[in-house]
Amino acid sequence: MPEADRLAISTRGLQKSFNGKLALKGLTLDVPRGEVFGFLGPNGAGKSTSIKLLLGLITPTSGQATVLGRPAGDRATRARIGFLPEHFRFYDWLTAAELLHVHGRLYGISRDNLRQRIPMLLETVGLTPHRQKKLREFSKGMLQRIGLAQALLNDPELLFLDEPTSGLDPIGRKLVRDIIKQQRERGATVFLNSHLLSEVEVTCDRVAFIKAGKVIEVREMSSFSGQNQVLIRARSLPSNAWDGIRPWASPVSVNGDRWVLTLQSPDAAPLVLRYLVEQGAEIFEFTPLKLSLEERFLQLIETDEGL
Amino acid sequence: MNRIAIMAALTFREAARKKILWMALLAAVGFMALFATALHFQLEGFHLRRLRPVMQREILSGMLMMGMYAIDLLVVVITVLVSVDTLSGEIASGTIQAIVTKPMRRSELLLGKWLGFATMLTLYIAAMIFGLNELTRLMSGVSARHLLRGFSLICMESILLLSLTFFFGTCFSTLTNGVLALGLHGLAFLGGWVEQAGALTQTQKAIDAGIIASLILPSEALWRRAAFEMQSPLTTAVNFSPFSGASIPSRAMILYAAVYTLFFLVLAIRRLQTRDL
Repeated sequence: MPEADRLAISTRGLQKSFNGKLALKGLTLDVPRGEVFGFLGPNGAGKSTSIKLLLGLITPTSGQATVLGRPAGDRATRARIGFLPEHFRFYDWLTAAELLHVHGRLYGISRDNLRQRIPMLLETVGLTPHRQKKLREFSKGMLQRIGLAQALLNDPELLFLDEPTSGLDPIGRKLVRDIIKQQRERGATVFLNSHLLSEVEVTCDRVAFIKAGKVIEVREMSSFSGQNQVLIRARSLPSNAWDGIRPWASPVSVNGDRWVLTLQSPDAAPLVLRYLVEQGAEIFEFTPLKLSLEERFLQLIETDEGL
Repeated sequence: MNRIAIMAALTFREAARKKILWMALLAAVGFMALFATALHFQLEGFHLRRLRPVMQREILSGMLMMGMYAIDLLVVVITVLVSVDTLSGEIASGTIQAIVTKPMRRSELLLGKWLGFATMLTLYIAAMIFGLNELTRLMSGVSARHLLRGFSLICMESILLLSLTFFFGTCFSTLTNGVLALGLHGLAFLGGWVEQAGALTQTQKAIDAGIIASLILPSEALWRRAAFEMQSPLTTAVNFSPFSGASIPSRAMILYAAVYTLFFLVLAIRRLQTRDL
């Protein structure tokens, strides 16, 4: 398959400077089609700048970017893209249904099609009871929901979500998760820029960490498991127990009756467990550990930079 | 319906929903009522003082021109006020991002808005100019001379200011835009009077200063030409009027104003197309 057909987004050395200051220092990224891609980084790292470059809202100082096989910002390609800005705002004198109608017409969707599509989308984002309410009466969370609905009007092949859960309550956040899941199921690519690592953790296939305008790591979400570590909470351990398990594991930390071990391989876990039981230990917990996204994020992006 | 028409219709709807349209019409009704009252008392005064018909006619014609002048000033202020925030405000708030990421050209967004405002202002000017003229004609039998020419020139003035405000809207904040547009009009306004005074006293340097001000912003020159077209034949013959008598902007200046309007509209489009949003 040609690269242009395989990749939804491809950037090479994308740079952007504002007033001589480099905000993005050479973004090189490939996002395959059909993937839910998380884009993580602290404030001011260049996440929103990257999205704006990919959408053609701003022009790069140097470098190249293609989106759905065409140069970033291509007008015809925008018909296949959905975008929820970080703080979605629109004419507050419109009602929710009118807003969707205007955006639908700007997408070039026929009136007949919109007559069916708008009630369906309002239902999807839970705003059917508020369809005739003006946006000025909407809460921040409701504005995010209607913003999400306008981004889905054209059944996009590529959906950019810039902080989609901003201002949403737990129900709203679940709604966003469900929508991302639906988009993945129908084969769309989702580019998710979020501060909420727990959201990214449950929705994304792959994540990129960006810091000070540079991508510092791109990682499969599945790679966060399989760290070959186990947490053991045990009592009545014989003093020489840890010497006995050395062929399969080595201790990482000890905190009272809680031990963290690094296993030689995942297959060593049952061997360690059996050995400890045979030695008369009372096992209360034996949990394989995985590195959380947050832990990795904090490892990469130092904590003092703030989120 | 193409995207320019969608944006134009949206601009119209915004004016109606935000009650701008209705407030402007209400102000127009108030203006007409005041003018009709003044005209009524003036006509009563004529009967008492037994003025000669030719004098009556000139006084009424002068009143009509003062009414037109008030409309022109109102049009200038309304043009700048209604359009000053439309681009700069949406750029600052990020509202524009949700629009220009749709499959449309930025020029379509700008032209749609421009067309919406231009249509709205033209209708407003038509209601005011023809309304005032009809009111005066019905009450006194006096009418503006070349009304259609005057109307067209005032529309041109409004559309010129609209294009300039749109250009400033792509470069500056709302406040800076408003200050610049009205400030420049103030300069042109003063320049117009300097030119008039210079012509009356035959001071060439003052005339030149006025012409330079008109070249910087030819809005006031359009009004003075409109006044010349609409004033009574006698005023034209004696070559004396507070608005246009001594120095009448030439056809070349009108052509310059048309090119000026187009230039700033094209510049606004180019600036919006290339700037970061």
